Amino acid sequence: MTTYETYRATGGPGTRALADCWTMTRRELAHWARQPVQVLVGLVFPVMLLLMFGYLVGGGRGVAGDYVDFLVPGMLVLTMAFGLEGTMLAVTQDLNKGVIDRFRSMPMANGAVLVGRSAADMLQSALGLAVMLAVGYAIGWRAHGGVEALLGAVGLLLLFRFAMLWIGIHLAMVAGKPELVQAVQILVWPVGFLSNAFAVPESMPGWLGTAVQWNPMSQTATAVRDLFGNPGGEPGHLWAAVAWPLALLAVFFPLAVRRFGRLSR
Amino acid sequence: MADAAITVEGAHKKYGDTLALSGLDLLVARGTVHGVLGPNGAGKTTLVRILSTLLRPDGGRVEVAGHDVLTEAREVRLRIGLLGQHAALDEELSGRQNLEMFGRLHHLGARHARVRADELLDRFGLADTGRKAARHYSGGMRRRLDLAASLVTDPEVLFLDEPTTGLDPRGRTEVWTAVRSLVGGGTTVLLTTQYLEEADQLADRVSVVDRGRVVADGTPDELKAATGGDRIDVVLRDAGQLGAAVALLPVPAEGVSVDPDRRLLSAQVTDRMAALSGVVRALEAAGIEAEDIALRRPTLDEVFLDLTGGDERAKEAV
Repeated sequence: MTTYETYRATGGPGTRALADCWTMTRRELAHWARQPVQVLVGLVFPVMLLLMFGYLVGGGRGVAGDYVDFLVPGMLVLTMAFGLEGTMLAVTQDLNKGVIDRFRSMPMANGAVLVGRSAADMLQSALGLAVMLAVGYAIGWRAHGGVEALLGAVGLLLLFRFAMLWIGIHLAMVAGKPELVQAVQILVWPVGFLSNAFAVPESMPGWLGTAVQWNPMSQTATAVRDLFGNPGGEPGHLWAAVAWPLALLAVFFPLAVRRFGRLSR
Repeated sequence: MADAAITVEGAHKKYGDTLALSGLDLLVARGTVHGVLGPNGAGKTTLVRILSTLLRPDGGRVEVAGHDVLTEAREVRLRIGLLGQHAALDEELSGRQNLEMFGRLHHLGARHARVRADELLDRFGLADTGRKAARHYSGGMRRRLDLAASLVTDPEVLFLDEPTTGLDPRGRTEVWTAVRSLVGGGTTVLLTTQYLEEADQLADRVSVVDRGRVVADGTPDELKAATGGDRIDVVLRDAGQLGAAVALLPVPAEGVSVDPDRRLLSAQVTDRMAALSGVVRALEAAGIEAEDIALRRPTLDEVFLDLTGGDERAKEAV
């Protein structure tokens, strides 16, 4: 039997950390391969919401212009925001598994488990976005701003998702138990709807409209609508749509990694 | 000790108001199997979690493979393997996927991680499990995979926290065989257990832990000799004569344990041969027929109850 000493690759801490993150991403992808139905449901659910709002609820309060053109970007932002739940649930379930003890007793990079989670979630979100855009196109939504603006909008959406993701990871570690995740899953809804995803703030009572306008979700939605050339878009929100997620990341990313390193220690 | 694989001096750990470790000392020599024996809640798991860098001690000095668990956690992690009480596996993945993943996380490189996974699957009789997810394994198979996962790097020090709890006798034998095969390879093993038989079977030395500290330390034989000495067991043909026979043993009546179901009397003796011949003659003279008379060392059960005390003593009639 060969001993591991002869195997062990050398490489700096940075290389090793990257390798660990990749290994943990592969782990999540291997889970997908074993549960394709679950992945599919994750992709179909937002499409269902979109069709429901598009055809059943319909209308839209105070929207000037085509409602589908208004709705699709809003639903994209909402899907990105609700991704927080999935991330939180997955992290909480993972943390309550014995395998985390093995990871933590191994010489691997501190945050690799979390980075693996976030990489897989981002991939799923990118796929989800592609599906939503395709379905949106099929029901009559159009981007009028050109390819560069379209890519910019997708970038903003993914950046927003990335920030939500790390909030989800941090909340999962604070909450600890899957039961507490339910509370957050319920709270996500009012926060999601207190935005301009479905209605314009001007149609709401004054104080509510102000709160809605300040919601980071609304900033991203407004900027994305602007880039798509859809109703409800306003120029000048780009900076907020970039700054908000970055500010949230600057807070929650280090908090989450730090908390993971100190789990139950 | 210069060649100590594990050094623990005055380790303390508190959870809220509960003192899990209160000044625990432990010294384990390289290449030995050390048993940590204690009842539930004695602090065994806390000790293993501190030794494997999962938990920070509140006080005391803890070194594993020559490195401090607090200040040199990474150095410790490079050198240890851990088999916790609950399977530390990704149960959604196959055995091979698990072992390859742990190999990669030990930075063996993709190719070597694969080779190593193959070796371990072979060695633990898991080579034909294919793509089956670990959660569909039997208890014994999962435990063997877990053990294989803790051996991905041939660790210098291996922690086994109640490795056979919850396994059926066959699974237990499988794990024991696997642990024995490690010894001799130079690996130091620290094994916690509630099963005295397990410590007796596997460990070179045993530390008895109670309420967060070590209450006794030594080889299984030393521990047996230190507390109690030899015992004489007498099995009578007629349970009705147990009462009369108690008076014939060369010890005060309160020192004799009686098990009517098995028609058994048991007592601690100091002079083995004198006790044996004395009991035989006395029984003969009284006309009491014995089915079996035997001298034996105390079991670790008896030693354990003797050391940790408590109301459990009533059960001592073995």
